[in-house]
Amino acid sequence: MGATEGVDVIEFLGEVAAWFADPGTWSGQNGIPARLVEHLWVSAISLAASLAIGLPLGLFIGHTGRGALAAVSVANIGRAVPSLGLMGIAFLALLPLGLAIGPLPAIIALAALGVPPILVNAHAGLREVDPELVEAARGVGMSEWQVLWRVEVPVALPVILAGVRTSAVQIVATATLAAAVGGGTLGQQILIGFNVGDQVRIFGTALVVALLSIGTELLFAWIQRAATSPGLRGRPHVPTQPAQVGRGGGESGSWGS
Amino acid sequence: MRIDPAWIVNNLDRIGALTVEHVYLTVLAVVIGFAISFALTVLVRARPGLYEPILGVTGTMYAIPSLALFALLTPITGVGTVLTAEIALVSYTLLILTRNMVEGLRGVPADVLEAAAGMGYTSLQRLVRVELPLALPVVIAGLRIATVSTVALVTVTALTGLGGLGYLIINLGVQRGSFGATPALTGLVLCVVLAVAADLLLLGLQRALTPWARRRAST
Repeated sequence: MGATEGVDVIEFLGEVAAWFADPGTWSGQNGIPARLVEHLWVSAISLAASLAIGLPLGLFIGHTGRGALAAVSVANIGRAVPSLGLMGIAFLALLPLGLAIGPLPAIIALAALGVPPILVNAHAGLREVDPELVEAARGVGMSEWQVLWRVEVPVALPVILAGVRTSAVQIVATATLAAAVGGGTLGQQILIGFNVGDQVRIFGTALVVALLSIGTELLFAWIQRAATSPGLRGRPHVPTQPAQVGRGGGESGSWGS
Repeated sequence: MRIDPAWIVNNLDRIGALTVEHVYLTVLAVVIGFAISFALTVLVRARPGLYEPILGVTGTMYAIPSLALFALLTPITGVGTVLTAEIALVSYTLLILTRNMVEGLRGVPADVLEAAAGMGYTSLQRLVRVELPLALPVVIAGLRIATVSTVALVTVTALTGLGGLGYLIINLGVQRGSFGATPALTGLVLCVVLAVAADLLLLGLQRALTPWARRRAST
């Protein structure tokens, strides 16, 4: 406390600023741009895989009502599984197969992590669609496929996209941990910093990671708003937050547990 | 992956010590987080205008990845200290706990509040004897989520140099390659077991504390 510590903080922030100004921070394999690009493509592939698995499954469960209990149970158990543990096991399982290459183990773990929010929200979104609306659509002669794509999905889109947003933020945040299993990303810089005791590098990189996470959250919140049909805006029952599993459940932060 | 039961038998002491450390880091974070959230809730009850700003701040902290938050705190609280880990772990519990407490209190019917006031309860008596017991299921639902999440999150502290089950997964697991499969899997399984056990414990606590809910459900 007191004046001396105040000076230390300013000195430290000066060092961080100097680190950001250093061209070395921005070049080479461990530079911020290279690690940032790696972070983004690892996240993008993982999210694409989560969507490819979670969306069809969630829509099927929501439309037919079959397997709902199993889906919600799996999603709840998923919260108890630490992402770092999942990455570690993916790494060790692929190792004897010669497939623990670069970010592959991390991508598999991240994709698995991203499925539950997408699946649960797709299912919950479809469940919330007014049954009379669905009946009316069937009444005018729509096929089940048309009911799904022309009525249920458009009405449930804000809830479905809320799930995609939760997944995306969680994946981008947790991709930081990929460094612990040889997967690179911005987390690599933080771990190097921890190993050599370089607080400036740790702090500077962590700032970039925090901004990236908050930026992802804002981007997907914007997509969610932009994709909501004007007829649904301002309707009180359309949640802007991800749907909840049970009472107060389904909470899925971004912090890569 | 080859599982080697002999390793587990030979390292029971070490596994036990790391599990205890994991439980310690978790319980400390949840207890402190609960105390702070309770204070924030009492504050919001007196000044409802503070709810939005509190959700804004706790929500932003919640959006920062764990490894980055540990990293951002190191210049102030040091590399790999329990304090660094706990500040980050506590701040992650605040959003869920505060929100569930405030929403739980807000769910208490207005006529119940009026009846309590009519019986001459002071504001504090009403909070402790009427509002909190009625809000308990929602409060404990928040506590369950926060606890289960924290159990999983504590693994990450191993990357900053602390122990806990993350040490089994990373330091004794991934970093030893093929020889690390047994420790890593042990760590992962223990983590899930701890989370499920904590969840059931809190569910049992809720049942024990709200006998009226069960009675109502059975009639």
